[in-house]
Amino acid sequence: MGLLSDPVRRRALARLVLRLNAPLCVLSYVAGIAWFLALAFPPLTQRTYMSENAMGSTMVEEQFAGGDRARSLARDFAAHRRKSGALPVAWLERTMRSVGLEVYTQSFSRKLPFPDETHERYMVSGINVYGILRAPRAASTESLVLTVPCGPDSTNSQAVGLMLALAAHSGQIYWAKDIIFLVTEHDLLGTEAWLEAYHDVNITGMQSSPLQGRAGAIQAAVALELSSDVVTSLDVAVEGLNGQLPNLDLLNLFQTFCQKGGLLCTLQGKLQPQDWTSIDGPLQSVQTLLLMVLQQASGRPHGAHGLFLRYRVEALTLRGINSFRQYKYDLVAVGKALEGMFRKLNHLLERLHQSFFFYLLPALSRFVSIGLYMPAAGFLLLVLGLKALELWMQLHEAGVGPEEAGENPPHPLTQGVGLASLVAPLLVSQAMGLALYILPVLGQHVATQHFPVAEAEAVVLTLLAIYAAGLALPHNTHRVVSTQAPDRGWMALKLVALIYLALQLACITLTNFSLGFLLAASMVPAAAITKPSGPRALYAALLVLTSPAATLLGSLFLWRELQEAPLSLTEGWQLFLATLAQGVLEHHTYGALLFPLLALGLYPCWLLFWNVLFWK
Amino acid sequence: MAAPVRIFLLVLLLLGPGGWGRAEPPRDSLREELVITPLPSGDVAATFQFRTCWEWVSHYRLFPKALGQLISKYSLRELHLSLTQGFWRTRYWGTPFLQAPSGAELWAWFQDTVTDVDESWKELSNVLSGIFCASLNFIDSTNTVTPTASFKPLGLANGTDHSFLRYAVLPREVVCTENLTPWKKLLPCSSKAGLSVLLKADRLFHTSYHSQAVHIRPVCRNARCTSVSWELRQTLSVVFDAFVTGQGKKDWSLFRMFSRTLTEPCPLASESRVYVDVTSYGQDNETLEVYPPPLTTYQDVILGTRKTYAVYDLLDAAVVSNSRSLNIQLKWKRPPENGYIHYQPAQDRMQPHLLEMLIQLPASSITKVSIQFERALLKWTEYTPDPNHGFYVSPSVLSALVPSVVAAKPGDWEESPLFNSLFPVSDSSSYFVRLYTEPLLVSLPTPDFSMPYNVVCLTCTVVAVCYGSFYNLLTRTFQIEEPRKGGLVKRLANLIRRARGVPPL
Repeated sequence: MGLLSDPVRRRALARLVLRLNAPLCVLSYVAGIAWFLALAFPPLTQRTYMSENAMGSTMVEEQFAGGDRARSLARDFAAHRRKSGALPVAWLERTMRSVGLEVYTQSFSRKLPFPDETHERYMVSGINVYGILRAPRAASTESLVLTVPCGPDSTNSQAVGLMLALAAHSGQIYWAKDIIFLVTEHDLLGTEAWLEAYHDVNITGMQSSPLQGRAGAIQAAVALELSSDVVTSLDVAVEGLNGQLPNLDLLNLFQTFCQKGGLLCTLQGKLQPQDWTSIDGPLQSVQTLLLMVLQQASGRPHGAHGLFLRYRVEALTLRGINSFRQYKYDLVAVGKALEGMFRKLNHLLERLHQSFFFYLLPALSRFVSIGLYMPAAGFLLLVLGLKALELWMQLHEAGVGPEEAGENPPHPLTQGVGLASLVAPLLVSQAMGLALYILPVLGQHVATQHFPVAEAEAVVLTLLAIYAAGLALPHNTHRVVSTQAPDRGWMALKLVALIYLALQLACITLTNFSLGFLLAASMVPAAAITKPSGPRALYAALLVLTSPAATLLGSLFLWRELQEAPLSLTEGWQLFLATLAQGVLEHHTYGALLFPLLALGLYPCWLLFWNVLFWK
Repeated sequence: MAAPVRIFLLVLLLLGPGGWGRAEPPRDSLREELVITPLPSGDVAATFQFRTCWEWVSHYRLFPKALGQLISKYSLRELHLSLTQGFWRTRYWGTPFLQAPSGAELWAWFQDTVTDVDESWKELSNVLSGIFCASLNFIDSTNTVTPTASFKPLGLANGTDHSFLRYAVLPREVVCTENLTPWKKLLPCSSKAGLSVLLKADRLFHTSYHSQAVHIRPVCRNARCTSVSWELRQTLSVVFDAFVTGQGKKDWSLFRMFSRTLTEPCPLASESRVYVDVTSYGQDNETLEVYPPPLTTYQDVILGTRKTYAVYDLLDAAVVSNSRSLNIQLKWKRPPENGYIHYQPAQDRMQPHLLEMLIQLPASSITKVSIQFERALLKWTEYTPDPNHGFYVSPSVLSALVPSVVAAKPGDWEESPLFNSLFPVSDSSSYFVRLYTEPLLVSLPTPDFSMPYNVVCLTCTVVAVCYGSFYNLLTRTFQIEEPRKGGLVKRLANLIRRARGVPPL
């Protein structure tokens, strides 16, 4: 503190910050990006380890052998489903009852805010079927969930067959927690309806019948997606709604049984790198890491498990994939892994809490803990802080010597002028954000009446129109802004915008590191160098290229590139439009926060920088 | 004086019409009974009841001394203790004879001579905790309530002043063999002879539901109620899972369930009977076969339906084996009641919430009672060793007087089987039902008692320490003060110093 209260040293420090500001900023930015890329390399990635004692030391012996039964049940299910065209509720009820479960159904309906063109649905109504296996000597206070989401188009019948065969096999005395076997219709919408009814809340305006059977607090859940009798590998998905992750111990548990059963398990569809000593291993893990960051940043549930996480139920999705031809596993192997996982979860005395909730996964058996990845975002945000400090000093002339300070007008006056001129741009940009958030869905009917477009198209096009209209903002505010001290005006505005951006990004980073980091990496450089003088066209191009929407478009290209399915420009544009619609829909149906965050927070903030650039 | 007499008469009415058979049971008596009920779901329920009557208070013949001393020391009027593992699934198993919530439940009525009820209650729970090897000593003011409407004395009572009632539930209590052994030791024949030979721990604890209880209450000794005796009922209900033990078949036998057969009655018992529910409903074509064929059958209206039981009197010597299960259905009608709501708000760390509602439920409707609550942080010493398991909310109690579908003929209360005579009913057109909901596991906000928690604490400390300096730095303006030559005193001092040859200040 002495360092800052001593005026002489304080002045020296201020000079240092002012003079070395540009190099420091560049250094900090480069350090942030480098740190992030280094996360995939061994000193920063650690091996995963089981923290929960109840699951670590105890061994279970899997005895599941109902592969044939699972296959025949799956065939029956598929046949009944083809016949009725919807979920064969009566058949499911009968079968579940015959294997000794308490069976209940739940009907639900939901009218989406506008037609979902990707899944081709608008007015959705369906029936969830679930059976509860009661643990013999327990009072139904705790339960585990095995869920199979069935979409209208998805072929998840093998998963239903395997689930029923497991239920038939599970009638044992050793269960201490009830097990709920849940089949949901309309995949995630059904899961959302069931979860809301189970916890007796209504968050998203879903209409559903109350649940008749309950089984206490859900301790853990596994969602299963299988599309064929034989799988070549099991892919595990952890990213949930708004980037929430399950406890790392659940993933460790899955990995344990992968190793025990000799199953080939993948993460983000990528195999684990075998060789960590050469450069290939870490390079592969950089790809996996980037895929996970993109997936988590999107904030959309990467499987039915993603919705459980909101209710503090640790959950993950297992997905059978058929891409590695040299390996083949039948349903028995998958069933054994599931049986083992459930038996170990059955041993839990407390909810999973011992291991990490915040982590990044460069490979299935490696993780980066929160303490190690946070500095990467910290370095990026430091750039904003340094820039803000420079502006603050320039505004207050703190950097110049005391002999020069006397020539300038006194501080309160400058500050007063600066703040008054800020009100208008701030209000207008926030109003633009609000319009972006509300108008597309609200005005879809008006749009469809006046233009030859469908509702979903109308929403997306309105979205883009309002977004682009925001760029015309500087011309609108010119008259409002006072002409006194023009230089101070834009400095004050930029200062406020920098602090606003830094605060938002810091808050996002704390809850969803991937989103915060991606936004920081793209928005920080342009935000730092924008000013109304100099090569304006270049700045403008840079700003547009790093706006939230452009970041989204770029992320889509990067994502498909990493998945080894590169996009052409037109495909990319189509996907971009579909993603926009999905983003708005997911906000309304599941409560995903990415859309309001971008519309109400980051877009207005970005508009402020645009305003700074065109300041006169 | 008038009021007690009226209540006395009322209670007499409650205890049921009809005479009490035997004129003067001369000595302590023991009746034992086992009811085997095939449940609609295919499982089999077995309910044991042992009733010991204590006639001469001061002389212990059959009545356990431990409990007798308890009654006199704490001036008990009634005591009901149940220890349960599992949950009775009413939807699938029908209404139980004996209801109990999951975990431990204790309720007691004290005599109106007791001055400090709370103190007696605390001591009583501690003593019982020792007798039954259960953690009843965890009962304190935070989980004890005094219900005003839902609990009435089950025995003879002259006055129902609810300030002498205490009720507590421990939902987390686990029942195991160490609780069964002391319970068995209270029986006059222990587990040496009679029905109690079936009480083998390894079979009883291999069931879907296990509930054991002790009920002590005063009852009339004869029809005119000239004298009162103490009744001790020890009950035990278990549900055997037919799918697990019978390899998917619904057949059962005593040996398959208990791995014992009955050989001889308890020589101290005045009555020792096994009832098997053989009610035929004619709804499905399952034929019924009981072996050996029963000598007598017993028909009565039990829980609102007419039931037939095959009776095996062990004093007649008989051995029991096979039978097959049946479908039982219970129809519910609406209970006629008036509205009443009693709410006693909680005091933090002192007493729990108590909400009692007397409501009339419309036919075939769903009634939802919801209570809003806030999750709060506990004090850091109040967390249990396993805070992430969650905290239990006790099960709620539903008591109802349900009209009977079939009118029961007024029976002989003293003579009727034990399973039909625990709850006193005022008239024969209705029967009493008490249901318990499952306990609720609520997870409270729990600090992470590990590294990040420490980090948060440390960071907060550092911030708190630095706060003053930062505040100074941000709010004060600093000015450079040129060092002055010094005041008059200093100059004088320096003059003197120079004169002395000492370096100046």
